[in-house]
Amino acid sequence: MATTEQSRGGVGKYIAIYICILIIAGLQFVIAYQNIDTGQMLTRMLVLAFVEATLGVLFFMHLLDETRGLLWFVVIFTVSILAAMQYGWTDSFRIERGVPYSNYGK
Amino acid sequence: MSHADMTMGSHSPAGVVGSSPFKITSKKMAMWLFIISDTMTFAALLVAYGFLRNASASWPTPFKFSPTVVNAMVMTFILVTSSLTMLLAIRSARSGDRGGAFRLTMITAVLGLVFAILHIREWLGMIGEGATLFHNPWGTPLFGAAFFSITGLHLLHVTGGIVALLVIGMRYNSGRLSAEDMETMGLYWHFVDLVWMFVVPLVYLLNVSR
Repeated sequence: MATTEQSRGGVGKYIAIYICILIIAGLQFVIAYQNIDTGQMLTRMLVLAFVEATLGVLFFMHLLDETRGLLWFVVIFTVSILAAMQYGWTDSFRIERGVPYSNYGK
Repeated sequence: MSHADMTMGSHSPAGVVGSSPFKITSKKMAMWLFIISDTMTFAALLVAYGFLRNASASWPTPFKFSPTVVNAMVMTFILVTSSLTMLLAIRSARSGDRGGAFRLTMITAVLGLVFAILHIREWLGMIGEGATLFHNPWGTPLFGAAFFSITGLHLLHVTGGIVALLVIGMRYNSGRLSAEDMETMGLYWHFVDLVWMFVVPLVYLLNVSR
């Protein structure tokens, strides 16, 4: 049974990733005070969060050093279930704004 | 070769044989599967929070820069740093430096404890202002429910992680556990950090007071 391959590149690589993650987190705090609408803010925050998570998963959790099979298993399985959770958003818009065309003809 | 021949090929009492999927130990595979399932749990909570926020006309944005956002910055720094120390601990364990790995694991646990204390201080501040699980002075009570549920579940994971770090760190130091066990523990701790990277922007930063 093969064990996990050691990360290459030494401590310097980990510290560089650490600093990148901190910078990205800092950017999120800057974005929070920008004068933009909530939808744009959410998009920017989520993109940055996914970048942080990707760096963390690939380098801190060493997924990049594992077999490609495990990497794709984790990514595909997680992403597909996350995507499946998004089916309800139209309902939340309907709750706030009403059914489309509900005031038609009034 | 029959199925019986294959299954009886090993010397295991259970008679079950098979190659390790993805060439990792079963402990590590179990931890990855747990992490994936826990990701679903947090994702479900965050999606539910997003659904409620989107559907509410009076969703409050009460988080002031000081102390809440500053606190969130400090907590983020502490947790990301604890991920780095855990990474260095695993690196030491892999190179056979038990003492170094133990010290770094204990540092990680202490950072986790500081995070938890800051979080509880944050909660006490919110409760002092009138926001609880069932009540919220600024608008819909669902705000309090969402905030305390999500951050509470994360804090529970951090607390469990701190206990696990202490136990596994000490057992590794005494020679009862291996570097593989440390690495498996590390996966959990990094996961806790990753969840926080989503909780901060979605729960705190989208609700800052301007």
